[in-house]
Amino acid sequence: MKNTIRQVFHSPKFVAGFAIFVAILLVMFIYPLINPGNPLEQIGVGTFAKPGTYISLYDAAKTNTQTLRLPEAADNRIAARLSMDDRVEMINWFGTMNISVEGLDINDTDALIELWNQNYDPSARPEGMTSAKINYYKRLNNSIAELSASDTISIADYDEEGNLAVTKTISDTDYVNTKDVANVKTLPLGTDNFGRDVLKELVSATGTSIRIGLIAGIVATLIGLTFGLLAGYLGGVVDDIIMFVTNIFTVIPSFVLLILITYSLGQEQRGAAIVAIVIGLTSWTWTARSVRSQVISLRNRDHVNLSKLSGHSLIRIVVMDILPYIASYVVMAFILQVSSGILAEAQLSLLGLGPKTTQVPTLGLMMNWAMLYSAHTNGSWWAYFPVILVITLISFSLNLMNTGLDQVFNPTLRD
Amino acid sequence: MSEMEKARRSVDFADKPLCLSGRGVTKVFGIGDKKTVAVDHVDFDFHEGEFVSIVGESGSGKTTLSKMLLGLLGQSEGQILFQGKPRDISSGRKKKEYWKGIQAIFQDPFSSFNTFQKVDAVLLDCINMRGGKGLSKQDKYDMMTEACNFVNLKFAELTNKYPFELSGGQMQRLMIARIFLLKPKILLADEPTSMVDACSRATILDMLLNLRDETGMTVIFITHDIGLAYYISDTVYIMEHGKFVEYGKADEVILQPKAPYTKRLISDVPKIHEEWDLSTVDLLKTE
Ligand SMILES: Nc1ncnc2c1ncn2[C@@H]1O[C@H](COP(=O)(O)OP(=O)(O)OP(=O)(O)O)[C@@H](O)[C@H]1O
Ligand SMILES: [Mg+2]
Repeated sequence: MKNTIRQVFHSPKFVAGFAIFVAILLVMFIYPLINPGNPLEQIGVGTFAKPGTYISLYDAAKTNTQTLRLPEAADNRIAARLSMDDRVEMINWFGTMNISVEGLDINDTDALIELWNQNYDPSARPEGMTSAKINYYKRLNNSIAELSASDTISIADYDEEGNLAVTKTISDTDYVNTKDVANVKTLPLGTDNFGRDVLKELVSATGTSIRIGLIAGIVATLIGLTFGLLAGYLGGVVDDIIMFVTNIFTVIPSFVLLILITYSLGQEQRGAAIVAIVIGLTSWTWTARSVRSQVISLRNRDHVNLSKLSGHSLIRIVVMDILPYIASYVVMAFILQVSSGILAEAQLSLLGLGPKTTQVPTLGLMMNWAMLYSAHTNGSWWAYFPVILVITLISFSLNLMNTGLDQVFNPTLRD
Repeated sequence: MSEMEKARRSVDFADKPLCLSGRGVTKVFGIGDKKTVAVDHVDFDFHEGEFVSIVGESGSGKTTLSKMLLGLLGQSEGQILFQGKPRDISSGRKKKEYWKGIQAIFQDPFSSFNTFQKVDAVLLDCINMRGGKGLSKQDKYDMMTEACNFVNLKFAELTNKYPFELSGGQMQRLMIARIFLLKPKILLADEPTSMVDACSRATILDMLLNLRDETGMTVIFITHDIGLAYYISDTVYIMEHGKFVEYGKADEVILQPKAPYTKRLISDVPKIHEEWDLSTVDLLKTE
């Protein structure tokens, strides 16, 4: 036994898979300690704030400033404000006015603005251009002029008489140290459609999904193992009955069955644990079949006969003389079941049949939310891509562990 | 021929009480086109203290018959009688009772042990089966030591060992120690020496004979080696394609064979014709 475990941990594939899985588990346990709180708390109003660090403007305005004269500041400011769409429209304008743009780099803000200022004519009415478009160019010209002008921002407040009075001006050379600002929040993965911290939600969802996988795996393995052992060892009528049931479950695609059961349960009954159990209840057939065939090849072995001759009971023979021989196999089947349980939850949730949405996030639910709010079409990759990555990583690590185990237990597969 | 062998062969077992007999015992595997008649209407009478050999080529149905005798396999037809009465193994408890009277040593020692259990567990099971559950630890230890001594093994060296840490010969001797503890009425040995080297083979056969002499048990010895059968048995049954083609006292069957099959088996062992008082080792070396 000890020897087997040592052997398993010498398999590079198993170790790699195990390391990835343990790393995921560690993050799952440690991250909530660093960033505690309800993962489903809506911290943002509005959908899909993009990843990055958010600085409270209110606090920043009230923080002591430091003057920094940075030569590239003005350029950066303009470059950041002039969107790619605007730049493309500017090039289009040059096109309609037959102005050569040869050698112009669309990212070279200075050159672009210079060419614009030289050539833009607000009175021009190019053929075929709609008046909406002409107005757009006017607005664009205004904002370019505004960008180029270096100015100050004034903050005004009401005084005792109720008149607005400037209380503070902020010049373009004023800086605050982020350490001095009272509220700075980094959202490494932004927020989702409900304004929830995606990273926090993802960590919590990973935990729930792994738990769902484990429960589904345990349920499926227990049922499959019991049925497989009984059918294989007892044979005869018991075998016929169990195989009949197994065949029925095999013929009806388990996913369809899963959808029907979860649908009929209704939203209110569907806690994460119930969904996990239902997944387990529909995915044991494969384990039952393979355990049965292994047991059939074992039950006529001499050590089993000897155990019978020694007067051992059925349960004892199954547990002591058969189970240890298929244990490695059952462990592998279990790992696969966990992995496919996680995937099944993701699929179900994508269809809107996942666990109740108000209690816990799961990887599948996060995908479902992202899809419902079209994160994939509006470019909010942070709402779904990390989820896909985590699902992939989990099933990759589990499958890697499995391949490693397979190589240890079936020496013919070793390369 | 040694004194012991002469003594052994002078006993007429027909006068002894019946231990295990069969009438029309048959085993058919499969149905339709795939039907195999492994054992075909065999009759036999084994007596108390008799050393019986069942000799036949590979595939002749020896193992199938032995499984039926042990009650590990149901017969398709026929009746098996235990101590003169029809055998009843219809329930788990009756089977348990039956197995107190009949035990076995299998062909392959390497697959006879549960590789996940230490070997002393096998011996401990035997003591429990013989109603020794309540004995003190020391008593159990003494019994196991005695059994191991009988087969020239040191119990102290075996404890805490797993089966794969033993040699094939050691495992097979441990199996005999098991029988020594169980003291069944009948021992069924299905080619117990085919997987061990010639030297261990001689030792094991000697031990089987000793066991028979000491406990008076019936030994049913299954082999494909007619020379071996001649050396150790009182009675020989020759099996061909699931049928007994000839049986009788070892000397009669082998020295004056009647069935052509028996003659062929004997001619396959050249040494039997050349010289009849063979030394133990010579005969045992023939395969
Ligand atoms: N479980 C089974 N199902 C179908 N056929 C079987 C089964 N067991 C044995 N047979 C067939 O019965 C016949 C007798 O087999 P058996 O094992 O009794 O032979 P044997 O005399 O012990 O041979 P060996 O010396 O090789 O051990 C063979 O033809 C074998 O193919
Ligand atoms: Mg055989």
